Amino acid sequence: MSTRHSRSAARLMMAPAVVLLLGWMLVPLTMTIYFSFKRYLPLRGGDLGWIGWENYVRFVTSSAFWPAIQTTLVLVGGVLLITIVVGVLLSVLLDQPMWGQGVVRILVIAPFFVMPTVSALVWKNMFMDPVNGLLAHLWKFFGAQPVEWLSDVPVFSLVLIVSWQWLPFATLILLTAIQSLDSEQLEAAEMDGASPLSRFFYITLPHLSRAITIVILIQTIFLLSIFAEIFVTTQGSFGTRTLTYLIYQRVLESQNVGLGSAGGVYAIILANIVAIFLMRIVGKNLDA
Amino acid sequence: MARAVTTQRKVTNTVIAWGVGLLIFFPILWTILTSFKTEAQAISDPPLFLFFDWTLENYAIVQERSDYMRFLWNSVIIAGGSTVLGLVVAVPAAWSMAFVPSRRTKDVLLWMLSTKMLPAVGVLYPIYLIFIRLGLLDTRGGLVIVIMLINLPIIVWMLYTYFREIPGEILEAARMDGAGLREEILYVLTPMAVPGIASTLLLNFILAWNEAFWTLNLTAATSAPLTAFIASYSSPEGLFYAKLSAASTMAIAPILVLGWFSQKQLVRGLTFGAVK
Amino acid sequence: MLQKTVLSAASVLALAAGTASAQTITIATVNNGDMIRMQGLTNHFTDETGIEVEWVTLEENVLRQRVTQDIATNGGQFDIMTIGMYETPIWAAQDWLVPLDDLPDSYDADDILPAMRAGLSHDGTLYAAPFYGESSMVMYRTDLMEEAGLEMPDAPTWSFIAEAAEAMTDRDNEIYGICLRGKAGWGENMAFITTVANSFGARWFNEDWEPQLDTPEWQEAVTFYNDLIQNYGPPGASTNGFNENLSLFQQGKCGMWIDATVAASFVTNPDESTVADSVGFALAPNREGIDKRANWLWAWALAIPAGTAQEDAAKQFINWATSKEYLALVAETEGWANVPPGSRTSLYENPTYLEAAPFAKMTLESIRAADPTEPTVDPVPYVGIQYVAIPEWAGIGTTAGQEFSAMVAGQQTPEEALDRAQTLVAEEMEAAGY
Repeated sequence: MSTRHSRSAARLMMAPAVVLLLGWMLVPLTMTIYFSFKRYLPLRGGDLGWIGWENYVRFVTSSAFWPAIQTTLVLVGGVLLITIVVGVLLSVLLDQPMWGQGVVRILVIAPFFVMPTVSALVWKNMFMDPVNGLLAHLWKFFGAQPVEWLSDVPVFSLVLIVSWQWLPFATLILLTAIQSLDSEQLEAAEMDGASPLSRFFYITLPHLSRAITIVILIQTIFLLSIFAEIFVTTQGSFGTRTLTYLIYQRVLESQNVGLGSAGGVYAIILANIVAIFLMRIVGKNLDA
Repeated sequence: MARAVTTQRKVTNTVIAWGVGLLIFFPILWTILTSFKTEAQAISDPPLFLFFDWTLENYAIVQERSDYMRFLWNSVIIAGGSTVLGLVVAVPAAWSMAFVPSRRTKDVLLWMLSTKMLPAVGVLYPIYLIFIRLGLLDTRGGLVIVIMLINLPIIVWMLYTYFREIPGEILEAARMDGAGLREEILYVLTPMAVPGIASTLLLNFILAWNEAFWTLNLTAATSAPLTAFIASYSSPEGLFYAKLSAASTMAIAPILVLGWFSQKQLVRGLTFGAVK
Repeated sequence: MLQKTVLSAASVLALAAGTASAQTITIATVNNGDMIRMQGLTNHFTDETGIEVEWVTLEENVLRQRVTQDIATNGGQFDIMTIGMYETPIWAAQDWLVPLDDLPDSYDADDILPAMRAGLSHDGTLYAAPFYGESSMVMYRTDLMEEAGLEMPDAPTWSFIAEAAEAMTDRDNEIYGICLRGKAGWGENMAFITTVANSFGARWFNEDWEPQLDTPEWQEAVTFYNDLIQNYGPPGASTNGFNENLSLFQQGKCGMWIDATVAASFVTNPDESTVADSVGFALAPNREGIDKRANWLWAWALAIPAGTAQEDAAKQFINWATSKEYLALVAETEGWANVPPGSRTSLYENPTYLEAAPFAKMTLESIRAADPTEPTVDPVPYVGIQYVAIPEWAGIGTTAGQEFSAMVAGQQTPEEALDRAQTLVAEEMEAAGY
């Protein structure tokens, strides 16, 4: 039929989205790359000329660089691990027959509606505070010494806070996937005498693989740029300085825009490495 | 045939699920409870759960310090505006990707997602300079555009996966009946896509509402949303738990209520194509 | 093409942005008690002048980031910015601030405390008007001191502080001998640690701008600070800043607290503090044989960014908010003890104030004892007591501060912290082209 006609129409329909995103990507990216080759110190008069690759070299040779990369990966990995493991268990649980399923589901997804700043503030002050926090009271109730969460186990604490925020998202996607699982298949397996555990590992989990990759992809995109949670809780102390936070410190605290921009370019490269890796997986799944 | 479920198993499920649900919800509940305490009760040892003198004074203090309604209104406009604008741009794009796919469709989609990985802190300086040049600083319009752009890839992807679920034969049939492109979209596609569009709308409204980097950095007085409202309570001044709780409750209440009322739509649609 | 698209989209949306009113100034400020009080009193200003005021109240770190970003890019978002003694001379040197040399006679600029005036000026011209000023001093619990059988001298030494802290600590009852800042940040722990270092004879840089954190003086100062906080400090000290310590002190959990003099009015206010009637004050400590004391000098001040269209209205506001009349207005509505301190000489000559504020004398003495132009024993190329007035300081102070914070958290020794801080500072200075 009018394939050609609809082809060009399709292109026209895609144009606004593509053009806008292209602009959103290229304009700041070009400017960032431009700054990254400059000595650009706003508090010392701004643009102080071209300096070649110096910012790039300086950014990676800084003693803060590799620890920041490591923290970034641990944070993202930790949150992914917790949200997916707990999310799978939770979605299996929520799929079981029970009373008040709707209400439980509401309770579970509620953290997703809380803005990151608020959740970080609430966790930091009302739960993790070593003197007045609720967890400190709980520890004292059992006769234990309260944990100084944000300084003793800072990265774990951050993983905990961020996982709490993202668990609902993972659970929801996994739950919709589980609900689409053919129950006859499970019943057949049950009749054949498969234990609940093997039913879970051989039927449920494979069925969820596609949903899991999607959770990984979307969460990674958001988690790589985590900022508010760190800013509110530790401000990058105690080894919680991620790459994003390091760039923030270079640009806004040290007011070294050139150096920070070089860091920004590295962050984009890292994000793209992760992205290519992820998209290999998801891309396959998108065809399915 | 439905699986036979023993009552005992159902009771066990219910107890465990409610326990886990309440545990996850607890931080929010605790925040709301604390907002009704006095500052002294808020740090009382042992903690007080329900038996304290309920008071509204924290809300009064917070409201006196900052005009809540103005921040709320800005949040509504920014989140709503960026979501609607995003849908306007994304629906045609997602439609064409889903129904007139080409060899490059998948690449375009993945490229779009990759733009979301641009670290915001890295490009704050350029964006700020552009905003000054265009006079967009501290305008709701400027924020609507930025937040729309940030969420656009997610919107396109979500819609794309919904549209792909719609069987192509229906469209073929409509075309046979002489429906043009416009009719096709308006009368055939849209009704089928409503659940998907609704959940896309909700998810993006939530993401836009909670966005805290750009909304804080590109606003001053006139267009500051609730994320900025909360930024003035984020450090303690003497005793502050109750006030912080009240401000937090005020900041999250609207979206929490919206989320609860619409959770069915959200849940139904939130698949990202996870379900084949 | 993109620009056009963005622009037209923006203009459509801008319709939703509301209408501007007659004359409105926008003020960025920090969310501390005195500033919030000022917001409450703004209607007096509007009644007098007809100028409306829009407030952007932010937490300190967010505020600094916002205003620095805005002024460095000439963003023009604010007509008045609340800034500190650190930013003022640096920004003034860049011609980013409007000089405040033409305030009316009735304002009586000569009444501003000389130390404050010096710290907020550049080349002899005032660029920011102090809203309140502070030094640091020892605040202590007179009842606990008595129980411990000790008497706090007006000018204690560090060894006495250590002795008193040991005597007052009672962990079973959650009473900690000394509360000190441990939270990382150039305006948080580094402000305090730098004053300790000064009082131990250390300095940040030598005259060739080489970082000096590897010297024995720093080693001694940091070890002493760390020992104090580890042995007699509250749990979680590594995340405690000014506000957290204030809260602890008000709850009666600290025996001593060395911090900003402005805290004095909060800890003696019976509405907020459970220990209001048993607080004593003393000068910040020194070390035997070294005459530099560990007290700093700071002011939160109001400044006008150059290029604002509302310069006159902004000046009128500053003229109102930092005037003697404003002090009287606060006294009338909130009582003399709650007047913003440390900005004007006349306040310290007012007998009503001296009577209402038991901490007034010690505050004034502490401010007078501080000299930002000669902060250290050995000569230095910089100005500033608890900060170094160079643009790189915010970055340096915060990265170094994180190392010391990790030390307080027990994650590294003082040697390791100093070693790493020295490396980081050297890197930052090199990146800045020293």
